[in-house]
Amino acid sequence: MIIAKQKDMTEIAKMVAPYSRIYVVGCGMCMTYCSAGGPEEVEKLAERLMAGREDLILEKGMIPRQCSEKFIERLEEKTRDFEAILSLGCGNGVQAVAMRFPDKRVLPALDTQFIGIEKESGLWTEMCMACGDCILWRTAGICPVTRCAKGLLNGPCGGSQEGRCEVSNDIPCAWQEIYYGLKRLGILDYLKTEVQIKSWSVRPGRLAREELKPQ
Amino acid sequence: MKANSNLERILTSGQFAVTAECGPPKGTLGEVVRRKGESLKFCCDALNVTDNQTAIVRMSSISGCALLKGLGIDPVMQMVVRDRNRIAIQSDILGAVALGIRNMLCLSGDHQKFGNHPSAKGVYDIDSIQLIQIVKRMRDEKKFLNGEDISGEVPLFIGAAANPFADPFEFRVRRLAKKIKAGVDFIQTQAIFDMERFLRWMAMVRDQGLDKKAHILAGIIPIKSVGMARYMAKNVAGITVPKEIVTRMEQAKDAKEEGVKIAIEIIEQIKEIEGVHGVHVMAVAWEDIVPRVVKEAGLMPRPLV
Ligand code: SF4
Ligand code: SF4
Repeated sequence: MIIAKQKDMTEIAKMVAPYSRIYVVGCGMCMTYCSAGGPEEVEKLAERLMAGREDLILEKGMIPRQCSEKFIERLEEKTRDFEAILSLGCGNGVQAVAMRFPDKRVLPALDTQFIGIEKESGLWTEMCMACGDCILWRTAGICPVTRCAKGLLNGPCGGSQEGRCEVSNDIPCAWQEIYYGLKRLGILDYLKTEVQIKSWSVRPGRLAREELKPQ
Repeated sequence: MKANSNLERILTSGQFAVTAECGPPKGTLGEVVRRKGESLKFCCDALNVTDNQTAIVRMSSISGCALLKGLGIDPVMQMVVRDRNRIAIQSDILGAVALGIRNMLCLSGDHQKFGNHPSAKGVYDIDSIQLIQIVKRMRDEKKFLNGEDISGEVPLFIGAAANPFADPFEFRVRRLAKKIKAGVDFIQTQAIFDMERFLRWMAMVRDQGLDKKAHILAGIIPIKSVGMARYMAKNVAGITVPKEIVTRMEQAKDAKEEGVKIAIEIIEQIKEIEGVHGVHVMAVAWEDIVPRVVKEAGLMPRPLV
């Protein structure tokens, strides 16, 4: 899922300062699961905003997903009387909402971090950078593009020690994990051949599938 | 001969090589590089110019190499993949050759977070093994990565780093084999303090015949102070300093003198190891000591080839 965290209040307050009618909206997917933009967070943020400003007319709501037009549609009615929408969606969600309401100010309440997992309660780690050419089959299911600090395709580098990455003791060396993973699976031979230079897909990404387009 | 650099000539003639590191200044004074070059010229066969080492912005390796070249020194251009994508890398290689640079060391580079611009975006478009492949292809086939032709020759003696002290230990020799397969001619290792581990590593290297396929130069760092010994033991990724060495430095009356003694002892031992073809002295911010270390280790005068 996509992982995000809330911006600090000073920045949010500054963003919303010019507006007195604000609609605060959360997202029922990733943002709820990573505890950044679910119903609880919407509630709390709304409270804090109200506490700071007497002039504020604020309403709040949730939609199941902010990155999907059919759910964004539900905001049409609800946001009619508001100048600004403060979104607790990921960057994707904020943009999708902004696209649908070009005449309103759509503001991000979160800082989107990465595609990742919840490793343990209160700890999330990045797993995939959506590089467009997945090599997990040859790296024991561990992504070096994302999880090696240098994105090396033929690691580990000379800084790898005792299972840790040179960058921080908090970060495991992805290449050591790959090495032991391949060893456990009996496919260490995969490391013998150099992984070829990657073709970085053109950004912004665009995926077209003819068979799914309306005929 | 692949590049006919002094370093290549020394190594292919079977002589024990000495190289040293020359750190360029955090500024524009070419004089700094020239002064270091002059003082190291007679005790080394080639001089490495570091490439924004530990991600601290300094004068570029290419320009440092060009300054050394002007003094008749054989420079080794270091290049890290941290700061350049494949376009900049190939372009810099063309320029380096045009300036007369004939040796190149291909490196990943220390992560930018260690440097003086820790929030910089790391490039890492390719990795060090892929860099070796690119240079070899440029030299041997006169082709760019994309297959297009290069006009002119690209004579470069290709080097890479190896770290016998990083983990997983058993993979380190495999990684060296990968670098050699990719096209490396010489290797400069991480600084050696843990002789026992280095000997084990070299035994594995010889078992696989890798010492016959690339020239291995062992890394030496003269330790300048107790603080430096402790710091390297604790904080420098990829370097291991055994306790005995730290203790020796702590107990010495004259720490600098002890550091020199330790470096010389390590070189003496290294000279006896089968398959090691030279030493690479990295006297970070202590370049003046190199001539003495080289001399007292019995490696003077340097051969003319
Ligand atoms: S290789 Fe890594 S970044 Fe690329 S798609 Fe697979 S998991 Fe994602
Ligand atoms: S220590 Fe491991 S994870 Fe960190 S940069 Fe080096 S190879 Fe990548």
